[in-house]
Amino acid sequence: MAIGVKVLRRPEREMSYLRATLKGMALTFRHMGRKEFTMQYPEERSVDDKRGSWSISARWRGTHRMLTDEQGRAKCVACGLCPQICPANCIKLIPGEDEAGNRYPLIYEIDEFRCVFCGYCQEVCPEEAIHVGVHYENAEFTRERFVYDLERLCSQTHPVSTLWDPADPKGE
Amino acid sequence: MTPELKGFILVAVLKLLVIFSVTLVAVAYMTLLERKVSAWMQNRVGPNRIGPGGLLQPVADGIKNLIKEETLPLTANGALFFLAPCMAFVPALIISCIIPWAAPLPLTLDLTLPVIGQVTHSGTTPIAITDLPVGFLYVLAITSLGVYGIALAGWSSNSKYSLIGGLRAAAQMVSYEVALGLSVVPVLLLAGNVSFSALVEAQHRTWYIVPLSLGFILFFVSGFAETNRAPFDLPEAESELVAGYHTEYSAFKFSMFFIAEYANVLTSCAMTVSLFLGGWDIPFTRWDETPGLLQTLATGIVMAIKTSLLIFVVMWVRWTLPRFRYDQLMALGWKFMLPVALGYIVVVTATLYVLQHVIGMTSMRAVLLGLGAVSAVLVFLLVVVIDRGILLKGSGPRRTDRPLIAGRLRPVTARVEG
Repeated sequence: MAIGVKVLRRPEREMSYLRATLKGMALTFRHMGRKEFTMQYPEERSVDDKRGSWSISARWRGTHRMLTDEQGRAKCVACGLCPQICPANCIKLIPGEDEAGNRYPLIYEIDEFRCVFCGYCQEVCPEEAIHVGVHYENAEFTRERFVYDLERLCSQTHPVSTLWDPADPKGE
Repeated sequence: MTPELKGFILVAVLKLLVIFSVTLVAVAYMTLLERKVSAWMQNRVGPNRIGPGGLLQPVADGIKNLIKEETLPLTANGALFFLAPCMAFVPALIISCIIPWAAPLPLTLDLTLPVIGQVTHSGTTPIAITDLPVGFLYVLAITSLGVYGIALAGWSSNSKYSLIGGLRAAAQMVSYEVALGLSVVPVLLLAGNVSFSALVEAQHRTWYIVPLSLGFILFFVSGFAETNRAPFDLPEAESELVAGYHTEYSAFKFSMFFIAEYANVLTSCAMTVSLFLGGWDIPFTRWDETPGLLQTLATGIVMAIKTSLLIFVVMWVRWTLPRFRYDQLMALGWKFMLPVALGYIVVVTATLYVLQHVIGMTSMRAVLLGLGAVSAVLVFLLVVVIDRGILLKGSGPRRTDRPLIAGRLRPVTARVEG
């Protein structure tokens, strides 16, 4: 079978260059008066946006935060599940135990450079202690500052992520 | 030196300073306007950080380009690499010398200045740096020079992108210059003069866009191609050629190409205004024809408004239309613009002859209106009849209009399998 070329017979109004040009120019002209989509970033921030038009998703997974109990101690019981599940191997946990037999983390560090922000640590935590946060302003002056220790994780105050729920996939 | 000569030189230098500085400031603000217009059309804000509403952005850009590092590619031809930006910049500026920016100013001077001595000047002085009698011929001569800067930049950079950009610029600008020159011939025919002041004067009653609407379209479109603006910005074509002819340029040399491009846009718009939109003429009044300081200022403002509107159209088009393919560009230039411009000269001369000598119209206004009717019919034909897939065509349909080898490769229309 010979190679056939399908020739499209388009109507002339689709082939016309000048009319398409004028149509396009009318379109761009109509866009001139419209409201712009720009967020003026340092002045307007998505996390404290009052109008709600730029707010980031409640399921946003940003830098971590450790929740604390009423006495201000980390809720963590050093069970070791989060370093176990972490795919990026970015959580360093050394457990300790006090006289009453309560386990607590001696050292709990998260290297935010290694972290892939999958949120597995929050999902796996039985005490709902470690969370990924709704937060994106993470700039620091040195690389060392990106390893968050326990004190820093506890003192963060930004909102925490509500992870994706398979039973409610659209977050309704 | 006689006091008259001193007065002449003084007035010329003053005009030079004022007009060039206004032109360059306008060019600087055109870069800001371009970015603002593009932002508005794309629902963005545009530059707004430096100065109130971003008004000092051109200053910041200029300072940045002054203090940036000048690069020289190892394999570049040094002398020509330095010369090319100047050769693009100078024609772009000196072409604006002959444009009359406002009504002539009556100026009588008789004063004694320190150092210079006695200075006298009398009569009216045109508000153009020089009112050359050769007018439009000078424009044609200088636009040809503008090609050299870009072609040289492309060649001397010794980079493949620059070279292709320079080649494209040379081919494109030479091609469209023909159509540009020919599309103005009807204007020169009607005015019977080539100097810009006479052309503007001839349009006091009727702007030439009315009798010569097709000429206006041809001239404006060729102007786009001459200034390498989208949709004819193939010499730059950032999606294919990095930045085209100025790929290897940095800092102030790049800035000079940039200024040259915008100066070209400004001049081409001002020229379109002078040739077709009555120049500095204020419509529906004859007040502006008597010389006076107030008239000069008012006509200057009117000229600025007209030119700005055209500049806006140029930017509007740039942020709307996609770039032409190279063969489409050449086909449009040689197969469409050139024949239409030539044919239009014939039509205009024939119409003028018939109206004046066969029918015997004596009123110039009636002749112009008759010509306007003919032009309107031609524009209608252009838009409605010729533009049916003939003006621009994709390569696909053209190739398959007829079988290449009879019987072997046949166009198949709407074959449905199964």
